Amino acid sequence: MIKVRIPTPLRPLTKGQGEVDAQAGTIVEMIDTLNASHPGIKDRLCDDTGELRRFVNIYVNEEDIRFLKGKETSLKDGDEVSIVPAIAGGTSCRT
Amino acid sequence: MATMKALVCRECGKEYPTKAIHVCEMCFGPLEVKYNYEEIKKHISRKKIQDGPHSIWRYADLLPVEGPVFLGPHAGMTPLVRAKNLGAYLGLDELYIKNDTVNHPTLSFKDRVVAVAITRARELGFETIACASTGNLANSVAAHAAASGMRAYVFIPGDLEAAKVLGNLIYKPNVVEVEGNYDDVNRLCSEIAGEHAWAFVNINIRPYYAEGSKTLAFETVEQLGWRTPDQVVIPMASGSLLTKIWKGLHEMKNLGLVDDVRTKINGAQAEGCSPISTAFKSGRDFFKPVKPKTIAKSLAIGNPADGYYALKATAESKGSMDMVSDNEVVEGIKLLAQTEGIFAETAGGVTIGVLQKLVKQGTIKKGDVTVAYITGNGLKTQEAVIDAIGRPHRIQPSLVSFEQTFKVGKHGSGDA
Repeated sequence: MIKVRIPTPLRPLTKGQGEVDAQAGTIVEMIDTLNASHPGIKDRLCDDTGELRRFVNIYVNEEDIRFLKGKETSLKDGDEVSIVPAIAGGTSCRT
Repeated sequence: MATMKALVCRECGKEYPTKAIHVCEMCFGPLEVKYNYEEIKKHISRKKIQDGPHSIWRYADLLPVEGPVFLGPHAGMTPLVRAKNLGAYLGLDELYIKNDTVNHPTLSFKDRVVAVAITRARELGFETIACASTGNLANSVAAHAAASGMRAYVFIPGDLEAAKVLGNLIYKPNVVEVEGNYDDVNRLCSEIAGEHAWAFVNINIRPYYAEGSKTLAFETVEQLGWRTPDQVVIPMASGSLLTKIWKGLHEMKNLGLVDDVRTKINGAQAEGCSPISTAFKSGRDFFKPVKPKTIAKSLAIGNPADGYYALKATAESKGSMDMVSDNEVVEGIKLLAQTEGIFAETAGGVTIGVLQKLVKQGTIKKGDVTVAYITGNGLKTQEAVIDAIGRPHRIQPSLVSFEQTFKVGKHGSGDA
């Protein structure tokens, strides 16, 4: 099982949960799995051609996937994935 | 003032209220302040600006705050120094140094952006202010928080220069040293920001905070006698400063404060962390993040948030980008100090090094009115130059000892 940390802008799609579990072997699979349980999430992360949007950063165990194999980066049981908007993070602070 | 209309996504154009948010919920694009320029145009004028306070707040009409209370009342209006000696050395007729090494209160350009950020944070009702920082931003947040009676958390990487760590502790914020580089700190903070209702100046307050950088463009134009320079050289970390100077110049033109903008925007990075300059030189409009390794720690952002927009602004202006080695950074610091008497931090060495390169290449020409932005003070990064500047001449307290060391004739001048 992979643990995925969800940034605030996506939490309306995860019923407010900041962390969800997913079963996946790669980032691409993880996005598809998340989309199945939380419909709409893929459209937010990927553009029309299926590429990750320019302002989406994904980290596997704290490492930017652009230093790994991008969206083909493989995942194993127990990995922790963070999805973080590029301008240093996603939040609508509760003001 | 009420000149702000909304926040708008730079990518898809979706509008949001002017709250503490910075990312578009639909496409993750960054949000930017949208102003009511028709309204601003009705009452802004050169005279009104000149009659305003001697600080960034003379441009309050173009800053994203409601007012009338402004925190950080002394930030900005730093000297624009006519650099005749350095100009002569480089072969430039009209070179200026925008000297933010003497910004108030913490000696870097960050005092501009933090004054705006903390003013806006207060307006939005926050009591705690925070930031992820390579040092200068943390210093400025800590000082402004102390002066404004706000609680502060500053997050810094574990390898900062001693003066920048001390420059936080003295104001007694909560200083959190993260074992990692700036990009690690930034990622962590963006996750913390999701959990705490704090004003993170460079995260959820970023749309407001970043606008403060425009004042460097406004002041330059005003101090040049309402002229825009032909060339500017700007250090790049996240790339935000460069894009905001470009934006500021265009706002002045659109509001009729200057006739035209022909300024070429040039970006400067250190070789050990040059994702934006590298992308520019290889003709790409996107960058590849890097793991920083340079003495220019204030520019050591391997995953620059505004890199994409910095590339765009530079291309639009027909400007250029370049990078220099750590050795050239040190030489740049020394050159500026020894020609103009201005002691810059490592980022200033990067700017001067790249300026020199661009002149040599013929990109910046003899007759171009050129402004180099020096954004931080050398006393904060002493480690970078300590081994490259020699030692004092140690002598006995006697005339003989002095004369032996300095073989100066009675009326002559000379060195040891």
